[in-house]
Amino acid sequence: MIISIASGKGGTGKTTIATNMAFSLAQKDNCPACEQAGVQLLDCDVEEPNGYIFIKPKVELRETVFLDVPQIDEEKCTHCGECAKVCAYNAIFVADNKVILFPQLCHSCGGCSYFCPQNAISEVGHEIGEIAAGSAYGIEFAYGKLNIGEIVAPPLIKKLKERINEDKVVIIDAPPGTSCPVIEAVKGSDFCLLVTEPTPFGLNDLKLAVEMLKVLKVPFAVLINRWNEEYFEIDSYCNKENIPILIRIPLERKIAEVYSEGSLFSKELPEWQETFCKLFDSIVELSK
Amino acid sequence: MKIAISSTGNDLLSQVDPRFGRCQKFLIFDSETLGFEAVPNEAVNAAGGAGIKAAQLAVDNGAKVVITGSIGPNAFNVLSGAGVQVFAGATRNIQSAIDDYKAGKLQKVNQATNGPGARG
Repeated sequence: MIISIASGKGGTGKTTIATNMAFSLAQKDNCPACEQAGVQLLDCDVEEPNGYIFIKPKVELRETVFLDVPQIDEEKCTHCGECAKVCAYNAIFVADNKVILFPQLCHSCGGCSYFCPQNAISEVGHEIGEIAAGSAYGIEFAYGKLNIGEIVAPPLIKKLKERINEDKVVIIDAPPGTSCPVIEAVKGSDFCLLVTEPTPFGLNDLKLAVEMLKVLKVPFAVLINRWNEEYFEIDSYCNKENIPILIRIPLERKIAEVYSEGSLFSKELPEWQETFCKLFDSIVELSK
Repeated sequence: MKIAISSTGNDLLSQVDPRFGRCQKFLIFDSETLGFEAVPNEAVNAAGGAGIKAAQLAVDNGAKVVITGSIGPNAFNVLSGAGVQVFAGATRNIQSAIDDYKAGKLQKVNQATNGPGARG
């Protein structure tokens, strides 16, 4: 069972929900719905992973991740410019007497070396980031971290997702937005929980995320975080679109305080564990 | 010598496009024949690396000088690498930009005038 936690807008509480849900499920081994081989949490927000702040894992493994990028053999290159034409990401510039490469823009498609008429392009590993894995609170936890200056996140997310253990309840903390890294993180999930906030910004970006999930054909529902009983436009939208709103986390000072201290509110306020387990039950029900 | 000017239109009275990588068109002006040709910028909607692709277009069209409003680091670096001189700060129309260039009124830049553009 793979559940991804996503949102159109950033800062709505994806990590808060993902970490607290993982924690709550991991504590309730007597719960019939959670009779699985445990809980795995993957922080796929590789540009800014912060799940580890709350989970505090003992890191047992670190793995450097490389991406194959082109390397030009200047002896063979005739500066014909074919590679620059082929490159969909504009990672290659060819002048009369030189080739300038931008490995940070490369998506490692291999097109340049395939189409080079001189066979002058080989591929070389370029470090883009690392994966760290460990455990805490009975949760198997791993995260990816993109190096500073690197902008191509999907290959690192893909590599991180190779660690998925489908026997467990797998919770994926996705990056914000609806662009390539989000799609890489969410695709293949059995269910996606969309976290939003009761503001016009939350609603606008929720709509974008809903459109994305329809294309990906991943079933989904909504969670409203920081619920203030004031802004009902999200309710109207979800009613109209027939999207279930599974739970609402209230705008409460205590929850914010626990968060600001880098702790899990379901740990400090254990009554929430039951709520997260029920949330999981509803997700299982909806993904059938 | 050929000069590539980032342009919003097809003739000498068109406004200079202040952006380099995502300009609408390049006006390729030949300073010897005084002829010109408008080339659509294929990079205008690129997800990323627009500056690099636009620079490639300018170089492929034989430009030795680029005139624009502002230019980012990737585009500036590849143009310098290809031996192309970059003049920034052009406003108004293409004809006045060329006149200003000839009169030495445009500033030749030795580094990017702004940060890299938005990524895809």
